[in-house]
Amino acid sequence: MTDNPTKTTPLDALHRELGAKMVPFAGYSMPVQYPAGVLTEHLHCRQHAALFDVSHMGQASIHGPGAAAALERLVPGDMQGLAPWRQKYTLLTLESGGIMDDLMVANLGAHAKNGDRLFLVVNASRKHIDLPHIAAHLPPGLHLEHDDDRALLALQGPAAASVMATLAPELAALPFMGVASITLAGAACLASRSGYTGEDGFEISIPAAQAEAVARLLLAQPGVMPAGLGARDSLRLEAGLCLYGNDIDETTNPVEAALMWTIPKRRRAEANFIGAAPILAALAAGPARKRVGILPEGRAPARGHTPILDDAGTAVGEITSGGFGPSLNAPCAMGYVRTDLAIPGTPASPRRPALSLLVRGKPLPARVTATPFVPHRYVR
Amino acid sequence: MTTLRYTKEHEWVRLEGGIAVVGITEHAQDALGDVVFVELPEPGRQVDDGEAIAVVESVKAASDVYAPLAGRITESNQAIIDDPALVNRDSAGEGWFFKMALADEAAFHALLDEAAYTALLETL
Repeated sequence: MTDNPTKTTPLDALHRELGAKMVPFAGYSMPVQYPAGVLTEHLHCRQHAALFDVSHMGQASIHGPGAAAALERLVPGDMQGLAPWRQKYTLLTLESGGIMDDLMVANLGAHAKNGDRLFLVVNASRKHIDLPHIAAHLPPGLHLEHDDDRALLALQGPAAASVMATLAPELAALPFMGVASITLAGAACLASRSGYTGEDGFEISIPAAQAEAVARLLLAQPGVMPAGLGARDSLRLEAGLCLYGNDIDETTNPVEAALMWTIPKRRRAEANFIGAAPILAALAAGPARKRVGILPEGRAPARGHTPILDDAGTAVGEITSGGFGPSLNAPCAMGYVRTDLAIPGTPASPRRPALSLLVRGKPLPARVTATPFVPHRYVR
Repeated sequence: MTTLRYTKEHEWVRLEGGIAVVGITEHAQDALGDVVFVELPEPGRQVDDGEAIAVVESVKAASDVYAPLAGRITESNQAIIDDPALVNRDSAGEGWFFKMALADEAAFHALLDEAAYTALLETL
């Protein structure tokens, strides 16, 4: 049996031309950084605008009448209430109450002939599980198309809107989580005002054949710098955003993951999505552990799988994502902590539970904190 | 007589008046990326050749730094604790990690010379 060859995105040649350091990720060869480096790319994103190639992610469309209602069997979010040209963050849930993936769902409006059209963006590492699962659960009359002939770019940062102002003026009025069809470099694109950094910005879906032209056009705009997966990870960590496989996975339910805000009252009452019973039971009983932000008191980063200890040295949790936050100029992390200790505090607060992180065999003091570590700057 | 040698773990060692100054090479700092944290050994500590005694962390990952020779740590570089990016900016100079008194100076001369280290880099 031969190994599956590593896949490339439509921008592979461009990344190499720009001098990117390429690494394997979810079966793809992806840029982890460009010559500027992770720190510079991260800081540039928060100060101006950075362009990320996220074409490895899964893009798919559900066509047909009643698409939103059908999808509600698989996700606990309000899909039927998702207005045309709006997008929502939601979860694919498992019978166990665990999480199969997190994803964005956009409503691209109804067609007289084809019924509803929903556009989904799922994680690269999970698309081979998500898409067959969704397809298997669609009733007759509904079809799932894997849009694997499309690239996905993310332009993120406070200057993103002004960059797009000359190229696609209609985006200026797009609200956060709004979606629009635009033309860039002659290509018919789909843009949403959203991202994975906590900054203002756009995610742009482009036909693969035209992706390089669009990327070059965006990189030619003043103040736009290419950024890789290294910066993407440090940005989302500072923003307190979950990474599937680290902070959420098949063993975490939305209650302990602090993602119940994605499940509105109507859906909880109807309890008609996969995994509804165990999720609602966990909500009623209260979870044994909770996902929280964790700030080491010193300068040493604490990475994934670092044990979290109480003041007696007993393990009470584990870091799921951790590293150094360039904008914070300090280490930061997320992890699960026993619920009674998952209380954000301040150094001055006497009720703060004393926690430590076991790094290289030594307990380093840390505290629970609310996320994000760096405030979100979504344009609402 | 040259006073600069290298290890297979991408450290440089410079002998200065009986004391060995140790840092990581240009290749190592470039491979690591932006350094954000270093942990250095305490002065006075006795270390063995090949013992992991320091840590250098980039945004993405942590790496061990090893004692290139047996000896006693005499000094650690506070400058790179205060400004970890100095390791990237000047890995061969101001970005040094620690200094040590050697148990056996002959062992220093047995480390890789410039040509041997350059040849090693070409195999990577």
